[in-house]
Amino acid sequence: MDRPFGAPVDETSPAGVLPDSGLVGPNYAETGLPAPEPYVRPPIRPLQRSRAWALRAGRLDPLFRGVTALFAGVLIVLMAGIVLELWRNAQPSIQEFGLGFLVSQAWNPVRQDFGALAPIVGTLVSTAIAMILAVPLSLGIALFLVEMAPPAVRSVLGTAIELLAAIPSIIYGMWGLFVFAPIMADHVQPMLAKYLGFLPLFQGPPMGIGMLTAGIILALMILPFLTSVTRDIFLLVPGMLKESAYGLGSTTWEVTRKIVIPYGRRGLVGALFLGMGRALGETMAVTFVIGNTHRLSGSLFAASNTIASTLANEFTEAAEPLYLSALVELGLILFLITFVVLSLAHLWLGFIARQEGKK
Amino acid sequence: MKLRSMQQRHLVNRLVFGLSAVASLLGLSGLIWILTVVIHRGAGAINWSFLVALPTPPGVAGGGLANAIVGTVLMTAVATVLGVLIGVLAGIYLAEFGRANRFGTVVRFCSDILMSAPSIVVGVFVYTVVVLRTGHFSGYAGSIALAIIMLPVVTRTTEEMLKLIPDRLREAALALGAPYWKMTLDVVIRGARTGIMTGVMLAVARVSGETAPLLFTALNSPYWSRSLNEPMGNLTVTIFNYAMSPYVDWQAMAWGGSLLITAGVLLFTVGARLLLGRRKAS
Repeated sequence: MDRPFGAPVDETSPAGVLPDSGLVGPNYAETGLPAPEPYVRPPIRPLQRSRAWALRAGRLDPLFRGVTALFAGVLIVLMAGIVLELWRNAQPSIQEFGLGFLVSQAWNPVRQDFGALAPIVGTLVSTAIAMILAVPLSLGIALFLVEMAPPAVRSVLGTAIELLAAIPSIIYGMWGLFVFAPIMADHVQPMLAKYLGFLPLFQGPPMGIGMLTAGIILALMILPFLTSVTRDIFLLVPGMLKESAYGLGSTTWEVTRKIVIPYGRRGLVGALFLGMGRALGETMAVTFVIGNTHRLSGSLFAASNTIASTLANEFTEAAEPLYLSALVELGLILFLITFVVLSLAHLWLGFIARQEGKK
Repeated sequence: MKLRSMQQRHLVNRLVFGLSAVASLLGLSGLIWILTVVIHRGAGAINWSFLVALPTPPGVAGGGLANAIVGTVLMTAVATVLGVLIGVLAGIYLAEFGRANRFGTVVRFCSDILMSAPSIVVGVFVYTVVVLRTGHFSGYAGSIALAIIMLPVVTRTTEEMLKLIPDRLREAALALGAPYWKMTLDVVIRGARTGIMTGVMLAVARVSGETAPLLFTALNSPYWSRSLNEPMGNLTVTIFNYAMSPYVDWQAMAWGGSLLITAGVLLFTVGARLLLGRRKAS
């Protein structure tokens, strides 16, 4: 029964011969059990539809296939449409600024001078902070879920993580702005400045909002996603492998480090990239707390912006065609960055899946 | 391998156990913290007029978000119709015809990318295609943006759910003389109905909390919209605008809206999980 659907039948097997199942029914008189009802064939009803109907119905098959293919094509059209349409609408800006757009720090709607460096750097830095914080945490939680937690805790925590993933990003933004940012300003940032203030990263006034806060909120946002993917990868490790290691006297941590993580390593890399793709394009959670200034700063306390937050804040205000097209070009850049990250992730995961299939 | 004493190994083991438990505790307390804040601050803002009245200027009591609530429900509904119609058919193609051919592979790749693509870029795309062409913001544009976000989710869940139906069932139906389309609709889809429903509910949960794609498609409006062809008030953009405003009463309204959205999204998510759980149990 391993024959894939639609593949040709193995014609070397003799036709019409059924293998003997070897099963013999019980002798009911001997066992004293009530004999089952004898099988009564239900009456054969005359065909309700004619042969002609069946033939005509069969002719609908190409149509059915065509219609579904058409709708499947919508996805390709959308994907191509996004790139082409953004490219077309970004033309004024592309022609005006050229490649210099990518390395210019200017952002001046009055003088109609635009550059993408600050938002690009902001996007990359906030994502980096989020990944640095979220990856170890999600590994820890997934480890706890799979290897250590008692079953009751496991199901409660698993559900909680999935609910956390469902909460809309704007809620994280609200919470970040009204609850978390004041805590950052009053407690966390002064402490960081006191102990790590010799680093330029942690200098400047503790305003609460800024790059660091945005990165932390972003980390919290992608944490549930990363955790559930990591957990699924840990669950794929064959029990036999782990049991063998336990049988040799390994502790849980040794099994994790020497068996589980090496076994799932390549899958983990793909999962990290997927999580990164999410963090790069996240809009609302960041927009609330990043401060939205077009200025590069060496300090993580400073207000900054990302591509997504710039779009969210300025798109409806952009009256001039050049301003608008510069924003569209930012959108195009963001789409291309995430496209590269996500396709690498998917190609890599597909490659692994094929390798697993070969083994 | 270096030999270590048993105590040392157990110590390391306990240390890691402790660390991962702390990580879990952090994650869990994050959820509880956010939920309590939303419930605590939101519950205070929700009353009868919040649900039935139109927004008022800051400082004027008795305002509500009725138009935004209706707008969000309406746009999500239109997006669901669009997204489910296209998504289920595309999913059927992937599961029934496109398992190994090139077209199927390309479609699958595109939907995987679109699934995680930044939602704000979808907003920009719909702005250039719909808003620039028609010359104004509209509820239709918002619905289309939400539908685009929904589409890949519905497509991929439909595909996965259809693939769970054993091929023997398909062959049995074909052997009885059913045409391919009848087999798909009456056997495969029927068998996967609950799974597809779950996917749709999760997709609805996901788009109903989306803000970024609505910012410059549906825009927002403090009034009732007479049709989907006008800018349309919606909860998420209203929350964004109110939360960023300096007025305390508007910020309170934003918390009320947050509670409403969170409750709705979690309701759909939990509902979908229960539906799936029931199917597994039976």
